[in-house]
Amino acid sequence: MSESSSKDGFSVSRRSFLKTFGTTAAVAATAQVESVAAELEKANKEKIVGPDAVPITLQVNGKSIQLQVQPRVTLLEAIRNMTPLTGSKEVCDRATCGACSMFVNDKLVYSCSMLAIDAQGKKITTVEGLGEPGKLSKVQEAFVEQDALMCGYCTPGFVMSVTALLRQNPKPTEADVRHACSGNLCRCGTYPRILQAALKAAGVSKTAKTEVISYAELA
Amino acid sequence: MPSWPEKPTYISSHHSRIDGPQKVTGSAKYPSDVQPDGWLYGMILRSKWAMAKISKINLDPALKIPGIKAAVLAPAVAERQKNGADVTMRYYGDEIAGVAGTSKQACLDALKAIEIEATELPYVVREEDAKEDDAPRVWADTPNLSKPGKRENGDVDKAFTECAAVVEGSFTTPVQIHNPLETHGNTVSWTDEGITCWASTQGITSVREGLSGSLGVPAGQVRVISEFMGGGFGAKFGPGVEGIVAALLSKAAKAPVRLMLTRFDQALAVGNRPSSFQKIKLGAKEDGTLHAFDFENYGTAGIGASGSSEGGGNGVGLRAPYIYKVANTRSKQSGVNVNAGSARAFRAPSCPPSSFGMESIMDELAVKMNLDPVEFRIKNDISTPGWEIRQKEYKLGAEKFGWKEKYKKPGSSPGLVKTGVGCAGSSWGGGGRGTKADAEIHPDGSVEIRCGTQDLGTGTRTFMALIAADVFGLKPEQITIRIGDTQFPPSGGSGGSTTSPSVSPAIFDTCTKALAALQQQTGVADARGANWTDACKKLGVNPLLTHGEWQQGLSSSNTGGVQFAEVEVDTETGFVKVKKVLVVQDGGLILNRLTCESQLNGGVIMGMGYALYEERVMDKNSGVMLNPNFETYKLTGLGDAPEIEIILFDMPERGVIGIGEPATIPTAAAIANAVANALGVRINSLPITPQRVLAALGKDKLSVA
Repeated sequence: MSESSSKDGFSVSRRSFLKTFGTTAAVAATAQVESVAAELEKANKEKIVGPDAVPITLQVNGKSIQLQVQPRVTLLEAIRNMTPLTGSKEVCDRATCGACSMFVNDKLVYSCSMLAIDAQGKKITTVEGLGEPGKLSKVQEAFVEQDALMCGYCTPGFVMSVTALLRQNPKPTEADVRHACSGNLCRCGTYPRILQAALKAAGVSKTAKTEVISYAELA
Repeated sequence: MPSWPEKPTYISSHHSRIDGPQKVTGSAKYPSDVQPDGWLYGMILRSKWAMAKISKINLDPALKIPGIKAAVLAPAVAERQKNGADVTMRYYGDEIAGVAGTSKQACLDALKAIEIEATELPYVVREEDAKEDDAPRVWADTPNLSKPGKRENGDVDKAFTECAAVVEGSFTTPVQIHNPLETHGNTVSWTDEGITCWASTQGITSVREGLSGSLGVPAGQVRVISEFMGGGFGAKFGPGVEGIVAALLSKAAKAPVRLMLTRFDQALAVGNRPSSFQKIKLGAKEDGTLHAFDFENYGTAGIGASGSSEGGGNGVGLRAPYIYKVANTRSKQSGVNVNAGSARAFRAPSCPPSSFGMESIMDELAVKMNLDPVEFRIKNDISTPGWEIRQKEYKLGAEKFGWKEKYKKPGSSPGLVKTGVGCAGSSWGGGGRGTKADAEIHPDGSVEIRCGTQDLGTGTRTFMALIAADVFGLKPEQITIRIGDTQFPPSGGSGGSTTSPSVSPAIFDTCTKALAALQQQTGVADARGANWTDACKKLGVNPLLTHGEWQQGLSSSNTGGVQFAEVEVDTETGFVKVKKVLVVQDGGLILNRLTCESQLNGGVIMGMGYALYEERVMDKNSGVMLNPNFETYKLTGLGDAPEIEIILFDMPERGVIGIGEPATIPTAAAIANAVANALGVRINSLPITPQRVLAALGKDKLSVA
């Protein structure tokens, strides 16, 4: 921000104001504070949008999407409620469960905790962007094969987390998978199978210990 | 009587779920995902008081918020206002009104704008406080503590004098919240033609009945759809207040309304597992035969614990003495009202708390009598359905688990991190009946099976396809399964582990009839497999449609299961790590091994949460729930998940039996017993938090050296 003058001629930049205010607070007379506030308000007006809806453009799964959203709308809400892409789920809405996970500039984020306006100009990938029925990604395929899902509501988030892990670390250990998925929750209890699916997708084999005993043949 | 194919190709195989690809790609549309034209966002205003009398509610300011299209009172509030009666809020989270608007943000603004005048009233949120005579009453004309239900068999007092050993203990279990990942809710469209409701439900038919009954719309004009749903665990059978409010909002706004509860709302208002405060006294004779049992229990189902049902209504009453045979028993159980959300059925209602109390005291008695806990159970688990199976499961499980080598004297594990093992058993009905289903075979060879059931994530769709494929000699991928719509033949709600035993015989029946009709109509002696397409071509223009229904002989009930747990307890931090759980379970004829094992895993994971993490915390000073979110209400995470080994008893001769509930019953008890075995002291309250472990070890006080 450039320097600018206030009505009484008191001139200050934001940085120098903070500096001055921080070091010599006692000096700041009421009039000066008021004028600084007015100056800041004016400067901010150029940067602050809203509270009404503003037009934004999001790059989602390689496509450009134009939306009108209030600045307080999260990326998750914008995509789930204003586009047909409902794969990302709203579960906790406060960055605890991971069901809303998306890639923003290839980085895994909780889309419930990012504003849609802040996602402009960034490359957004939702679970729909990884694959589709008949053309599943390796991770999605492993999830289906290993039955790493039950009700399926947490599944898109886990698919995203495991995908992110394998991009970073193509040969993870079991501990790596547990750590990578520590920001996701499932209520049906699919964890053992998610672990298997992640390792399977990485080409590391792990099979669950299960067996069937014929009751009739038991002594 | 019909019988399942003797050598099936797909039934009892490991088959991945047919709707898996939709779920992993996000293309599966849940009720919270549907976007009918012009849909509005809906939200509910809830009481911020634990108990209050409301004198005025003004919805008008909400209607002035930009984007808001409708605001309505909650039905119970509207009813009382209409009758000039007091409007009383009885818990933090009680429904007051609903709003619908073009965005969530508009709704949030509207909820804030609603004007309410209320007088706060005395409240009580903790069970131990609520049962006192001078406690504020949740319902003015009813004591909080219900008249106890009493049962007595034999002469208990005399029997205790005949025992060689007697132990006593007090055990408590918390209120547990269902927390399905998709919250309760619906997308509802109410027009002149009727109601269409996309419901996140375990029972499309019960939602239809609920909407029809509450709103006075003929059931035939109410259509309920639930193609996918994000978990229920017992709490999602009716439309709920939120469904009725969504319908009223839809009618008022002349637009479809999606009203899914927030995570916060879900924790407060739409069900939970009641708490329990158990006092148990148990005695056995010299030879280890249980002889005397005395039991007292009370627990809360929130504001709904009282009522006419003596002995703890709404699921507060426990099974006593659980699955064990005791010659002389006495029990006394009550429900206690508190100002908190009501209980609902929760995966194996009453069983996990019953199991925790009884299996804990069983271990105490075994230790006192110097008996092996497994042997002690085998000796006394001799009368509850599934007991013969459990006897074999205990023997086989103990061998596979290495019980004899791993079970040591309690507290004898050396070092700071102590290991221990424990076990527990379960019994569950899991039978079902009454489902109807249609099969439609088209001249082009395609097949559609329709049934008005729903898939909670258990794999209903998939086992239906496996059955049809086996009957027709086709591949499961060639079968189109249509479920989750009240326009299909009726089935029941998915609860009590009844879905597969109710649905599978109907599918088998309709497919068997369809095959016979196809062969008869076309003159093809065997239309299955390779002959299928040619046979279907001979149908002409019209498809062949058959109706089938549940048949006796293909499914049954009463499962037995046992679980063994191995834990590590850090005596410095109090942290419990579950190393391994061995599940030995019977489920009769297993329709799909893959999805069956997933359900068993899920039961263990949820039971582990009950054992170690989950608990509704009420604040006595404000009357609010302190942890209505996932940061402070802890669920088991992937990092916590133990190694789970599963041994399935294959008993096809028994037919299909539901498996969803039994697997979660014994886990918490087995873990609690393993912790007690590791430490040599027992933590008598769930969840077994580090704080409780440290307290049991006398390490909870800060000490200054």
